[in-house]
Amino acid sequence: MLWSSFLLAIKGIRRNLMRSFLTILGIVIGVAAVITMVTLGNGATQAVKDQVSSLGSNLLMIRPGTRMRGPRGDGTPDFKLDDVKAIREQISRLAAVAPQVNKSETVVAMANNWSTSVTGSNNDFFTAGSWSIAEGRKFTDAEETAGQAVCVIGSTIRRELFGTSEVLGENIRVKNFSCQIIGVLKSKGTSNMGQDNDDIVLMPISTVQRRIAGNRDVSGILVSVENESDITRVQTQLTQLMRERRHLTDKEDDNFNILDTRMIAETLSGTTQVMTMLLSAVASVSLLVGGIGIMNIMLVSVTERTREIGIRLAIGALEKEVLLQFLIEAVVLAGLGGIIGIILATITSIILSQVMGVPYTFNVMINLVSFIFSAGIGVLFGFVPARKAARLNPIDALRHE
Amino acid sequence: MSALIELSNVTKTFGHGQASFQALRGVDLQVEEGDFIAIMGPSGSGKSTAMNIIGCLDVPTSGEYLFQGAHVELLDRNQRALLRRHYLGFVFQGFNLLARTSAKENIELPLLYRGESAAVRHKMSTAALEQVGLTGWGHHTSGELSGGQQQRVAIARAIVTNPTLLLADEPTGNLDTTRSHEIMQLLRSLNEDKGITVLMVTHEPDMAEYAKRSIEFVDGKVESDTKNPALDRTGITTKSKDDQIDQTGVIQGDFNAME
Ligand SMILES: Nc1ncnc2c1ncn2[C@@H]1O[C@H](COP(=O)(O)OP(=O)(O)OP(=O)(O)O)[C@@H](O)[C@H]1O
Ligand SMILES: [Mg+2]
Repeated sequence: MLWSSFLLAIKGIRRNLMRSFLTILGIVIGVAAVITMVTLGNGATQAVKDQVSSLGSNLLMIRPGTRMRGPRGDGTPDFKLDDVKAIREQISRLAAVAPQVNKSETVVAMANNWSTSVTGSNNDFFTAGSWSIAEGRKFTDAEETAGQAVCVIGSTIRRELFGTSEVLGENIRVKNFSCQIIGVLKSKGTSNMGQDNDDIVLMPISTVQRRIAGNRDVSGILVSVENESDITRVQTQLTQLMRERRHLTDKEDDNFNILDTRMIAETLSGTTQVMTMLLSAVASVSLLVGGIGIMNIMLVSVTERTREIGIRLAIGALEKEVLLQFLIEAVVLAGLGGIIGIILATITSIILSQVMGVPYTFNVMINLVSFIFSAGIGVLFGFVPARKAARLNPIDALRHE
Repeated sequence: MSALIELSNVTKTFGHGQASFQALRGVDLQVEEGDFIAIMGPSGSGKSTAMNIIGCLDVPTSGEYLFQGAHVELLDRNQRALLRRHYLGFVFQGFNLLARTSAKENIELPLLYRGESAAVRHKMSTAALEQVGLTGWGHHTSGELSGGQQQRVAIARAIVTNPTLLLADEPTGNLDTTRSHEIMQLLRSLNEDKGITVLMVTHEPDMAEYAKRSIEFVDGKVESDTKNPALDRTGITTKSKDDQIDQTGVIQGDFNAME
């Protein structure tokens, strides 16, 4: 009976190709939309986490400005190199203390020019920022103290200015001086926020201060802690030290702020999680729309199917045989739609996550949930009207209008 | 009790309350095994309703229906389905073929539910197609067939199982005279050669003459029950109206005596 019902179900599907196709389509769209969106959302969250951890772990960033009014623009003083020195001397167990000055400049080489961010720092910057050198070397002490015109460039700069040719020892022009390239940074790639990490020119801080900024300000300090468990201690000590050095009385608020990369990570991934939820909501709507589509097709065909059921009953089919046939038909269609949906979603997710530069992971849960949901709708709306019809007197089923 | 079917005081009411309509108002009818009955009567007199009840497609509101001595009104849905499957063949007034399905598949459907193998199904459906003069039309779908051809497919589907009782609701309603006579010949040969009991609704007296017995429905009741003269029903018999009335009287008399 199972086999003959199966055969009848397949015949039924073939006989109603358009209806079957539309049912499958509804399920495919629902399943594929949900899986793709959630997968991409999760990928984006993952990418942000990766991104932040690539910033460097156990990292604290000190910036001038009160937390409330934003980083700058409120007249709070910048740091000086003495602050960096004080931190290094007075706080223990630090892996790196890197001062930072950033300036947007156009750099020129081989008749190409490129707008980028020139960062002045010291060799601790490599540790703090988890950078490694692909070619060449870091700065020497002499270069740092003397503020010589040397630089380490990111791979984007190299590509944009020099293409594939040799760069070590070449010069790039920044403003009115020439700067020798002594190293190339290993690529970190594009962050999922669309920011190119490799679009960077690194120089000793004194070079940037003297030749570009024209002052002795330090716009931020990166502090890398040896052990993650020390972060809270270091943060407290840093706050205390900076308050002393900036002569703040007990009544005054901090006029600087200390950011913890873990906190940034949490904030950012929180944001992308909200985005994922939003995407999921949109996807759920498409799932629902797909479901309503299936309902529609099923309900529109109810009359025809009821009459067909009437014919089968009149000819001597048992209620359970008819039910089994329609159940199999619904399950086959829903299952087929679900599987095609999953395949489609997987392909689209892989392609889109490549394009968007986010990692792809196969999420079993969401595949399962969306499959069950749409397949459930398909089975429900395929089967319930059939069951209703199969319970009628054959003549009432035949007369159905 | 050798009657194949026996209806006593069967009523059928459609709807409820104010809107209710009594389509059958107490039908008594006995059909012997091997009989060939033509049911006639004006439109709306309850012929189809009675056929549907006899065919177990519908249930009576009250009254008794015995099939081979078994109380059909006491059977459950599944038992009635099995009765249809194994004993009955039904030609519907409106064909009721499966849409977008070939004639052959339509005809094989009852065999499928009987669990016949593909080979048997093929053999029997081919034979049935031939009996209704549709050899070679098996692969056409319902939509590709004319009304008359569809009707013949419906007949083939009803007779393919060699049912004990064949119920045909206006089997010649869509056929031309020649074709109608062919179908009547077919029904008669099924009746005479295979012993299939035939119950047929028709509006055409010409066709009714193929039957051994004519029953007339009026207003949901059996108005008359006539034995057709046992003529050599090879062609169209000539029979005077008086004869018929006469015989009606005889039968009516019998009924009265029974009560
Ligand atoms: N499902 C139903 N609901 C309500 N009324 C019905 C139903 N089926 C039949 N009737 C009514 O019962 C009466 C008898 O109908 P039936 O179909 O038996 O007539 P008939 O003798 O077969 O007529 P015809 O020769 O036109 O086929 C009609 O008045 C019809 O309107
Ligand atoms: Mg009728």
